[in-house]
Amino acid sequence: MPIKTEPVTINLGPQHPSTHGVFRLRVTFDGEMVLDAEPVVGYLHRGTEKLAEERNYVQVVTLTDRLDYVSAMTNNLAYVRTVERLGNIDVPERAKYLRVISAELNRIASHLVATGFLLDELGAFHTPLVYCFRERERILEMFEMLCGARITVSYMRPGGVLQDAPEDFWPRLDDFVKTMPGYIDELESLITENEIVLVRTRDIGIITAEQAIAGSLTGPVLRSTGVEWDLRKAEPHEVYDRVDFDIPIGSVGDTYDRYLVRVLEMRESVRIIKQCVEQISPGPIRTEGPFVIRPPVGDAYDCTESPKGELGFYIVSDGGISPYRMHIRAPSFINLTLLRELLVGWKLADLVVIFGSIDIVLGEVDR
Amino acid sequence: MSVSLVGAQVAEKINSKMAGVAIDFNETDVWVEPKNLPKVGKLLRDDPEIDLQMLNSISAVDYVEYFELVYHFRSLRRNSTFVLKARSYGRDDLTVPSLVGVWRGAELQEREIWDLMGIKFTDHPNLKRILLWEGFPGHPLRKDFIR
Repeated sequence: MPIKTEPVTINLGPQHPSTHGVFRLRVTFDGEMVLDAEPVVGYLHRGTEKLAEERNYVQVVTLTDRLDYVSAMTNNLAYVRTVERLGNIDVPERAKYLRVISAELNRIASHLVATGFLLDELGAFHTPLVYCFRERERILEMFEMLCGARITVSYMRPGGVLQDAPEDFWPRLDDFVKTMPGYIDELESLITENEIVLVRTRDIGIITAEQAIAGSLTGPVLRSTGVEWDLRKAEPHEVYDRVDFDIPIGSVGDTYDRYLVRVLEMRESVRIIKQCVEQISPGPIRTEGPFVIRPPVGDAYDCTESPKGELGFYIVSDGGISPYRMHIRAPSFINLTLLRELLVGWKLADLVVIFGSIDIVLGEVDR
Repeated sequence: MSVSLVGAQVAEKINSKMAGVAIDFNETDVWVEPKNLPKVGKLLRDDPEIDLQMLNSISAVDYVEYFELVYHFRSLRRNSTFVLKARSYGRDDLTVPSLVGVWRGAELQEREIWDLMGIKFTDHPNLKRILLWEGFPGHPLRKDFIR
């Protein structure tokens, strides 16, 4: 007699260690096979865009910290660049270098979190994660020296940065730049050729370049499909046109490529920081101007390559002291567009790994 | 460095294929009627000289008198950007055609606009609230939303 089977719908999350925050996935399974998957988000919605309409332009910087909370520096950067474009504010050279140094440090920190949690989800419980967090801690300590905060930094201001780096910051940064490549070698020797990792990630969760572009995916997820697209090269802002670096790309667009692109990007970020330290010269770190900024009437969109993808801000000014409307183009949110296509047909154990390799942060998804 | 397409040239291109569809333009932006969005979208995507492969971002702004939808496009091959805008007048039962059929990336962004701004997208495959729960009173990003 045949056994009667039927699909089962279950909820993964919102409270689940592998969901990177409060993310809920409604999945229909046939046995272990995923038949359908629907992301349910909004548990962390704080109305950032509405809150921005009642704060002045400098105060909004603190709101941007809380979007992608493992990468606050790039959030700050994208926001202040839009305000600078809207209000025609100049930025001194030294501030540009400080911005790039802190943004690249934050990119390394964010990719370390992504890689550590991906391995956690592969079943390598906490050992690789603690290795990653050990290095991330050094970056967070440097952020503390820069601005007194580790996570919610609010380091950048329209027209420059909050304050200059203290004297004892530079030896720490030198030490970091010297030792970080060796650390990445260590991480790679443990993971990149590891047989279990290869079996679990190679050819799992493949996205093609056409799908990725049509679905507006950006960042490492897009680059893993073989598309050489990085806003730091395509729209060289700050001092990215004065430093030499490569864009790592994948070939297949699978989970393994997404991991590898992130590791290679960490190496490139170290290269960028090293060149910035060589090029930076003394000077002012902020254009003097009124604290309360009143940009002229109009709108502006500007973006930067955040660790998750293109982070953009669209701000409309009515000439007042706060944005009339601020829209955030959140890469984590838009990278979820193709989640269903990615997951259908894979097993439950792969689902967690594929989802982890997209690397979303719920603060940015829900805003 | 990426170039932003000149509004006048794109408007001319649109009007040469579909007379009178581009109603206004400035240096970087072109305005169209909301009902023409899908066919203008197809033209912008498929024309080899414009070639906007990616719908980068959709924003909606409440100007009280009307709502403005702002579409930011990008061509990765040509490294160019472009802004398309559409104005929708009125406050109740606003409907605008969806662009999901042209660019898959519009799906979640249009759901977000329906949720927070209250603009309905016709022909959207799964139009329901995304950040707030079903039954939430009103659309909070509207200027007349009362807390």
